[in-house]
Amino acid sequence: MSGRGSIPAASLFGLLILWTVAATLTADPQVLPQPWALAGPFLRELQSGDLLYHLGATLLRVIWAFALAMAIGCALGLVMGRFEKVDRWLDPWLVVFLNLPALVLIVLCYLWIGLNETAAIIAVTLNKVPNVTTVIREGARAFDPNLDAMARVYRMSAWTRLRHVLIPQLAPFITAAARGGLAVIWKIVLVVEFLGRSSGIGFQIHLYFQLFDVAMVLVYALSFIAVMLAVEWTFLQPWERRVRRWRVA
Amino acid sequence: MIRIDVTSKHYGESQVLGPIAFEIAKGETVAVLGPSGIGKSTLLRIVAGIDTRFEGTVQRPARMAIVFQEPTLLPWRSVIQNLTLVHPDLSRDAAREMLAKVGIGDKADLFPGQLSLGQQRRLALARAFAGNPDFLIMDEPFVSLDAATAQTMLDLTKTLIRDVGPATLFVTHARNEAEALSARILELRGTPATLGPHLISAKEKP
Repeated sequence: MSGRGSIPAASLFGLLILWTVAATLTADPQVLPQPWALAGPFLRELQSGDLLYHLGATLLRVIWAFALAMAIGCALGLVMGRFEKVDRWLDPWLVVFLNLPALVLIVLCYLWIGLNETAAIIAVTLNKVPNVTTVIREGARAFDPNLDAMARVYRMSAWTRLRHVLIPQLAPFITAAARGGLAVIWKIVLVVEFLGRSSGIGFQIHLYFQLFDVAMVLVYALSFIAVMLAVEWTFLQPWERRVRRWRVA
Repeated sequence: MIRIDVTSKHYGESQVLGPIAFEIAKGETVAVLGPSGIGKSTLLRIVAGIDTRFEGTVQRPARMAIVFQEPTLLPWRSVIQNLTLVHPDLSRDAAREMLAKVGIGDKADLFPGQLSLGQQRRLALARAFAGNPDFLIMDEPFVSLDAATAQTMLDLTKTLIRDVGPATLFVTHARNEAEALSARILELRGTPATLGPHLISAKEKP
């Protein structure tokens, strides 16, 4: 228990030291303030309610885009991994979308759909779906043919097969896609907000960027990093331990 | 009635199976014997309906069960779930009873990975018989077991076949296993493989 908590803590503390040293060497709070100099602005934003409002807006977008990207990516990856014909047809699309810069997709979505929430979420989702698909497809290609044969002879229903035979085999791939996905998605959400939304962390960063307020940019960025770390530790990691239970038993 | 009538099976250019036709009556046990690599497993996969790319026809009942060389369990589900998920009509009590019958009654809530290989195979047997199959297919189920374990498994299989009474197709390269299950023996030989031209003579029996 101590090993699991203490090493990340020490590692993060090291990062803090590095920051302090860099801030001391810079000696200009306009460029890089000391870590403790952020406490004041942070509390002020927290008390005014701005921080929570914008955190909530961004978090909601992240959740939507994450859920959509995972659902679509898993379904596509599963089908492409299982059926070679579909894979051959869709693979070129996948390559195109994988190589389409996030910025292009975002701008196009805003131009075609309008400067609204739907466009924002679709843009983020489209950016993430190809990655999820690629990872899940790898997993679907590695399915155990013997289990398939077993399920077939015993005439297991499609739903039971999916839930108890296929998805458990995909679990490590789903976890990998989810963790990588979450990190990428919130970064793209920030860009989306930066370019065309009037709420969210990205919007606030845009605002303080124009005001050259490094401290506030850091306050908003770090707050959201903290939220994402909390999600990782409270949801993703426990879930991963749960699905891995049978391996360590 | 199970009727197998395979005309041919190819892997690419090379023909693996020639014409093979036989029937298995209700409650009968048929063993297909032959050296490794002759095409026994190929035939079995065709009969089981796993491999559908062949020339010919196979008539088989709906309720089937299969025991592979490997236990082929769901390692991420508990021992008892390995029965109840495969047979949704099976009650938990009936599943426990089946586990007790194969001698792993106390392992119901473990994961398959926590069982020994012998116990995993017992579970595979339990899974096969738990659905009261009309047709049971076994692919060298006693291979790579030590002699004593193989004997116990053989006895267990014999008892279960007697109790449940499925038509059984059993693939092996060990004649003594086939005889222990008092099976009608068919021999696969040649390339492409066909059934041997003669019945097993008395002097070949011990």
